[in-house]
Amino acid sequence: MKILLRGVALAVLLAAAPAVAQTPPNVLVVGQIAEPQTLDPQVATAVNDFRIAVNIYDGLVRYADGTLEVEPALATDWEISEDGLTYTFNLREGVTFHDGTPFNAEAVKFNFDRMLDENHPYYDTGPFPLSFNFAAVDSVNVIDEFTVEFVLSEPYAPFLSNLAYPTGLIVSPAAVEQYGEDYGRNPVGTGPYRFIEWQSNTRVVAEANPDYWDGAPNLEAVVFRPITDANTRVAEMLSGGIDVMVEVPPDNVDQFASDAAFEVYEQAGPHVWYVMLNAQHGPFTDKLVRQAANYAVNKEALVEDILQGTATVADSPVAPAFNWAYNEGLEPYPYDPAMAEELLAEAGVENPSVTFYVTEGGSGMLDPITMGTAIQADLEAVGFDVAIETYEWNTFLGIVNPGLGEDADMAEMAWMTNDPDVLPYLTLRTDAWPEAGGFNSSYYSNPEVDELLEAARVETDIVERGNLYKAMQEIVYEDAPWIFVANWKQNAVTSAAVEGFALQPSFLLELADVSKP
Amino acid sequence: MLAYIAKRLLAAIPVLFGLSIIVFGIMALIPGDTATAILGAYATPENVARVNRELGLDRTLPEQYWVWITNVLQGDFGRSYNLNRPVLDEILERYSATLVLAGVSLVLCSIFGLLAGIVSAVRQFGWADRIITFFVLIGISMPAFWLGLLLILLFAVQWRILPASGMFAVYGGGDFMDLLRHLILPAVTLAVVATGVIARLTRASMLEVLRQDFVRTARAKGLSERKVIYAHAFKAAFVNVIPVIGIQAGFVLGGAVYVETVFQWPGIGAMLVNAISTRDILLVQGGVLLVAASYVLFNLVADVCQALLDPRLKT
Repeated sequence: MKILLRGVALAVLLAAAPAVAQTPPNVLVVGQIAEPQTLDPQVATAVNDFRIAVNIYDGLVRYADGTLEVEPALATDWEISEDGLTYTFNLREGVTFHDGTPFNAEAVKFNFDRMLDENHPYYDTGPFPLSFNFAAVDSVNVIDEFTVEFVLSEPYAPFLSNLAYPTGLIVSPAAVEQYGEDYGRNPVGTGPYRFIEWQSNTRVVAEANPDYWDGAPNLEAVVFRPITDANTRVAEMLSGGIDVMVEVPPDNVDQFASDAAFEVYEQAGPHVWYVMLNAQHGPFTDKLVRQAANYAVNKEALVEDILQGTATVADSPVAPAFNWAYNEGLEPYPYDPAMAEELLAEAGVENPSVTFYVTEGGSGMLDPITMGTAIQADLEAVGFDVAIETYEWNTFLGIVNPGLGEDADMAEMAWMTNDPDVLPYLTLRTDAWPEAGGFNSSYYSNPEVDELLEAARVETDIVERGNLYKAMQEIVYEDAPWIFVANWKQNAVTSAAVEGFALQPSFLLELADVSKP
Repeated sequence: MLAYIAKRLLAAIPVLFGLSIIVFGIMALIPGDTATAILGAYATPENVARVNRELGLDRTLPEQYWVWITNVLQGDFGRSYNLNRPVLDEILERYSATLVLAGVSLVLCSIFGLLAGIVSAVRQFGWADRIITFFVLIGISMPAFWLGLLLILLFAVQWRILPASGMFAVYGGGDFMDLLRHLILPAVTLAVVATGVIARLTRASMLEVLRQDFVRTARAKGLSERKVIYAHAFKAAFVNVIPVIGIQAGFVLGGAVYVETVFQWPGIGAMLVNAISTRDILLVQGGVLLVAASYVLFNLVADVCQALLDPRLKT
């Protein structure tokens, strides 16, 4: 027994003796929130997976640094036909996938046919849950080796943004043919880093692609580590086991900010958190009552106290991150309970009683129960009588998506989108009422808004399109179909040694320009 | 003995079969479905229906179960929707990581539990007994995930002498020492509760044995106290402790769920937690089946060992 004990003690000493090495220089270790599901960008749906994918792959276009504007990537330029139906892309020459397969028009066609054509021989490597981003694509035609043409079935201006989204990243056709349904664990792209290995729940390693068309990265390799427990993720960051940590819990942000060994980054994203107000039944059918609700809620307090500064106050169905489409002229409804009471009096409504659907949590919902309770308190302070009903996320979607009907007057909701079209088009048009298959669960309807949104969807000039969205926002602001609450900010912490790091409004994690000497 | 083992193994089959039905039923009952979990914010009714159809989830439950069980009997555990790889590959890979962790923990808790129990019993009501009983109580009462976080804060963040989480260094590494360094904190965390349980039982069992005639006889023969305790009393007491170690083996496997999550150990416990939250039914089924089968097996091994050591239990 004693010998055994001594053995154990010795082993512990030996193992613990060398101080834990920091992560090696020129290797960036990223603490992720979960194990990736797949590195096939057309199969992936989670931001967590996209963070890896955008570093292994390129799309035809990409979001320019720091914006949600589209710029050339694997396509050098493109032309859009007068009718907005044909997009012709000239492709970058001399690019090869990490496995040596040449990148050309055939490869582009393969990618989109695989996702969209049920008869494609590799359609069964799906499912492709987000392929609806390209539902408007009628056919993809190879014009010559480096020219490819997309024909749409109807004009659809968000098409370019959707190409910049990870679903539009281009995979190596040869690799798909080789690995079949296991392609998602053997990804091959053209990006700044090439995939090396994926150990389940341990790491995904990608090494620099020295032949990258946009310049070889400074780093030798990037390692993505899934660390699901937030406390452990923080501990790893503090102990030097990771160099970058995304989605820092609000409670820990101050700790990192006040420590010179770390750098905190924040970036508002294409996210809107709002409370929809039932425009068909109950007190909120009156615009004045809806406006009153907007004045009654103290959004600053929600954002600063409950969300601890991890969001900014919203005032529009278009997130400010869409810099070209967001109407800078809008100001959030101020917190003004007196004004709210006045509006209620003007509307002739006394102590309206309303039912408020709240969710326990869900995609992009931040802290929905606490938020819901605070909103309830603010509304009751000006005379509303608010009854909260709380549901688990999937149940919640199951009762909200078919429409609030006569059962509820308000419901929480949040969306994260890659084009300013998506959220208003699916939630504010008359043709997007649930019966018509949309997500306008609170039955807002304004013919002017419908017209502007339809016009924006077919307008291919980005400035003109932006103007249409700005005009739409002014009307929606005045009509107040929602209580506009928050735009979520993404945050990240890096060790001080990390240089050239930036968060993107797309919430993607571009690491091509990062270095860590 | 062989007939006994065969009988026990046969008896395990209906247990595993029933278990698979129960797990399948529970997964179907809990709210939320796979397609919604996959689609997240894009879960429109239309998309949900399309993904369900592609995954074969639009069929009735008995149909789905039938497809699953007939495939399993042919060695095909299906593909995980979420990880996009065969379930069998994933569970075997993850299971081996759990076995390393649980195995080391089991060795630790057996050694320390038995030693503490013996010392406690021999020095009954002495200061050593009191101290051990005190720590055993703390060990049993302390939540493992909390202890794990404390150890991480102390050894990884404060002193920086052990890594906070993971099984190997993320870049390079991978040798035995690397594994050992990563193993210490989670293995100790996982072993603490089981150590307490084994210590308690060993103490009780030893106390009972020490009062028996043969111990008095051994002492009367003039054997050294050490020989009396370790060669005679402990050998008799150990027989009673073996089945508890068998149960603790299962417990350590189950406890690995928290510990693996806290230490980001790439084992089957953390995998199951994730698979349940993403409604990855095939992965849950495969994983639970494997864990349950090991549990049955460990208990069988423990019972066989006990029977071999104790002539009175021969079957």
